[in-house]
Amino acid sequence: MSEGKSILVDTSRCTACRGCQVACKQWNQLPGTQTKNWGSYQNPADLSAQTWKLVRFAEGKKDNGKPYWYFFSDQCRHCIEPPCKATAGYEEAISQDAQTGAVIYSAKTSELNAKEIVDSCPYNIPRQDEKTKALFKCTMCLDRISNGQIPACVKSCPTGAMVFGDREEILEKAQKRVEQLKKTYPKAQAIDADTVRVIYIVTDDPSKYHQYAAS
Amino acid sequence: MTNHWIDLQHADCILIMGSNAAENHPISFKWVLRAKDKGAKIINVDPRFTRTSSQADVYAALRSGTDIAFLGGMIKYILDNNKYFSDYVLNYTNAACIVDEKFNFNEGLFSGYDPATRKYDKSSWVIKKDAKGLPEKDPTFKNPRCVLQMLKKHYSRYTIEKVSEITGTPVDDLKTVYELYSATGVADKAGTIMYALGWTQHTVGSQNIRTMCMIQLLLGNIGICGGGVNALRGEPNVQGSTDHAILTHILPGYLKAPAASQPTLQAYLDKAFVKSADPQSANWWQNYPKYITSLLKSWFGDKAVKDNDFGYRWLPKADDGYDSTLLSMVDRMYEGKVKGFFVIGQNPACSLPNAGKVREAMTHLDWLVHANIFDNETASFWKGPGLDPKKVKTEVFLLPAAASMEKEGSMTNSGRWAQWKYKAYTPPGDVLSVGDMIYRLMANIKKLYSSEKGAFPDPILNLSWDYADAKGMFDPVKVAKAINGYFLEDVTIADKTYKKGECVLSFALLQADGKTSSGNWLYAGSFAQDGTNLMARRKKDDPTGLGLYPQWAWCWPVNRRVLYNRASVDVNGKPYNPKRALLAWVDGKWVGDVPDGPWPPMADKEKGKYPFIMKPDGISSLFGPGMAEGPFPEHYEPLEGPLARNLMSAQLNNPAIKLFTKDCDKFSGCDPRFPFVCTTYTSTEHWCTGAITRWQSWLTEAQPEAYVEISHELAEAKGIKNGDRVKVESIRGSVKCVAMVTTRFRPFKIGDQMIHQVGMTFNYGWLFPKDCGDSANLLTPTVGDANTMTPEYKAFMVNVAKEV
Repeated sequence: MSEGKSILVDTSRCTACRGCQVACKQWNQLPGTQTKNWGSYQNPADLSAQTWKLVRFAEGKKDNGKPYWYFFSDQCRHCIEPPCKATAGYEEAISQDAQTGAVIYSAKTSELNAKEIVDSCPYNIPRQDEKTKALFKCTMCLDRISNGQIPACVKSCPTGAMVFGDREEILEKAQKRVEQLKKTYPKAQAIDADTVRVIYIVTDDPSKYHQYAAS
Repeated sequence: MTNHWIDLQHADCILIMGSNAAENHPISFKWVLRAKDKGAKIINVDPRFTRTSSQADVYAALRSGTDIAFLGGMIKYILDNNKYFSDYVLNYTNAACIVDEKFNFNEGLFSGYDPATRKYDKSSWVIKKDAKGLPEKDPTFKNPRCVLQMLKKHYSRYTIEKVSEITGTPVDDLKTVYELYSATGVADKAGTIMYALGWTQHTVGSQNIRTMCMIQLLLGNIGICGGGVNALRGEPNVQGSTDHAILTHILPGYLKAPAASQPTLQAYLDKAFVKSADPQSANWWQNYPKYITSLLKSWFGDKAVKDNDFGYRWLPKADDGYDSTLLSMVDRMYEGKVKGFFVIGQNPACSLPNAGKVREAMTHLDWLVHANIFDNETASFWKGPGLDPKKVKTEVFLLPAAASMEKEGSMTNSGRWAQWKYKAYTPPGDVLSVGDMIYRLMANIKKLYSSEKGAFPDPILNLSWDYADAKGMFDPVKVAKAINGYFLEDVTIADKTYKKGECVLSFALLQADGKTSSGNWLYAGSFAQDGTNLMARRKKDDPTGLGLYPQWAWCWPVNRRVLYNRASVDVNGKPYNPKRALLAWVDGKWVGDVPDGPWPPMADKEKGKYPFIMKPDGISSLFGPGMAEGPFPEHYEPLEGPLARNLMSAQLNNPAIKLFTKDCDKFSGCDPRFPFVCTTYTSTEHWCTGAITRWQSWLTEAQPEAYVEISHELAEAKGIKNGDRVKVESIRGSVKCVAMVTTRFRPFKIGDQMIHQVGMTFNYGWLFPKDCGDSANLLTPTVGDANTMTPEYKAFMVNVAKEV
């Protein structure tokens, strides 16, 4: 299905406040995990069965010698044709919501070959819970959406970097924003907009943000 | 803020300097990015590239503690290139006024300095007055002693090359910032400044802000939509707490704290405000007697009568020059001169500078009462690192306090909007609000004094203390109404009669004869005459289209959303920028925001008034005697800095700062053992010392432990890798933490030296989580701003070494 819902993540408006990361944990009742400072603001260091939304921090130097600091609020892209779902081939474990297009994992993902599913994901998203062996990732807050609420991460965003809406409307917004950004940032693009529901806008080479930013 | 959060969207250029707004005021970026969407340029100046810098069009690095050099260079640029808004500067500032002949400046010192007392005699820092007592002026600005020329002369030394040599900011970056920002010095452009503790927490903190105020005046940016001087307050109600006199030098509403040399109300009033001979100056502070009398009536009720100076004599009065600020309080505690200590919602064992001194000082107390929602390093100081509980005599009481969402009351945001909030949840167990604690404490003290008398019982027995509801619980509405004030008798003003018991609906109605009360004149009008709480309003009407929302909450003063708004129009009342008109004088009346006074614009020589109504002369002061260290801001190095001499003058440090001399007050300027500039800050994830946020697992997960940010260049020189454990050490103490090696700090070229700067958050403490690292304030020096005693947390010297 190509209609349904979409989320725009405009990284050019993101200040990495991590409201989305915390709001995700709050709504989904996910625990704060034990972490150490590993020389980065990015913490937890990676997605996990307890962390479905993670703001990634990437820094370096621009051509003019000045620093850059890119933020990438990583989560499941809710692909239009999800490779994980195809790989699983088991609707009770990985399904797609008919209304929104959200890709939904159930407890039955414990019955799948986890490595195969993770490897099938171009964005390296699903994570296995060590105890239950089930796979976890963002749900698009389907439980909120079906009750007339927008996803928790979008709700928490203070700058409008994240927007939730009908896919058509989000695609149009993304296109307009990219056109506008291109005047200042020739490399601006909406990553994989045609194939995913969670569309990231970046102003530089996607790999500078995150290894798996683009497929 | 002279303006308010929503107004940021109207700026054409936003300078974020002395603040890390994106990290520490995340919501502000909703409005900053709206301005950017409309084409505004965002400039960020900070020693470190931050999350704010990542959103800026222009980022410029500067060495901590050199803001006046940076901004002084901008003043020179504005004057040299005629970028100032001449109509505004001529009419609304004292640029044309002539400075007294005795005033001079030489090698970093202004006239009147006494090195023995480290204070200035300010008698020469004045504007000359003519026979009528009016300021002497030269509207052509040709007189070499006029303020504009004196300003030019003072900042002539601040060449872009000299500034670059001091700040470490590349010349090209300085030029870019100066050009972009000074382009707002025209009628239809607005530039604004967002600053916070990055400016206040220096020995020259107040002068940092004053320098920017002067830039804003030169560019005509004060009083206008999208402009102003905007302090981003760090806690949701810190503006409210300041308004209600949390500081030692003021009473509520910024009235002055009385001194021992002012035994009577008249003696106090003689020093309280300056009179003006100019009939066109509103000189609003001449209403001072009404405000202090109404305050005393609010506090002492019927006991306050004219014959007893309305109870003025019952107010505590400190000896003249006695300093009661935190740094001096801790100093006296360290000497053993303080017996008891109330700490409410604070964590001084981690938040005050030279925290080792603070912790030691607290062992000299007999008792400490701590009210907070969690235990913290202050309440548990007696079992902290290096202390043997058996040897600490201090008896500590921890009172569990209600959290903000567990109580009703007002919160005043940075934009001066007082917003009423309701209790969302009843606090658990025996937990009380701080209001209840204080209410009960004083009620019991009154009982004790009434049964046992004691020395000087009058102030306590005569105090009105009617702030409880029918169940005997603290009643925030009663307090808020007392703050607003009442008519205490039927009063007729301008043919209108107000009844006894009605709320006062504006401070303009307050009386000096005891017929009105008001616990804070600035909040008079926060209730309607019939007692409706205007702070609880939530209407979204926006008649000006500028986002003033006059019926959303209530804003002091008198619901005026932009201060000094009469400076947004020309002398005839025509808006300088009709596209963003805050006010306009139309058919004999003001239209728009609540004007800064009802009078016609100043071109009306009979009835008109000047726009800066809080200043005695009605105009703003590019030159004036208000500050401790001089009428023009001057660059001085931080008390602890990397340089042996000030590249601007022979005076190394701010000559007016107070120096502390206890054995633990050690300082290390230009010392090879501590070669790196260090600054401290907070992060988005934690609040202040983390005393609340460290108990929140989603936040400690995101920022788990203490870290120091250092450049790749310094890391290489010291053999430190990203994520290594390191020790950061100053002459006062050391902290172990994780090294975060980053491109976001870079070495500064200062003169012919390469100076490294590092930075730490002050979000951690030894108590919880275990091993998260102790407070960065074990490193910081006991020294404060010369005017406010705000500690110099932002610039001091350390060493960083790999932990072996």
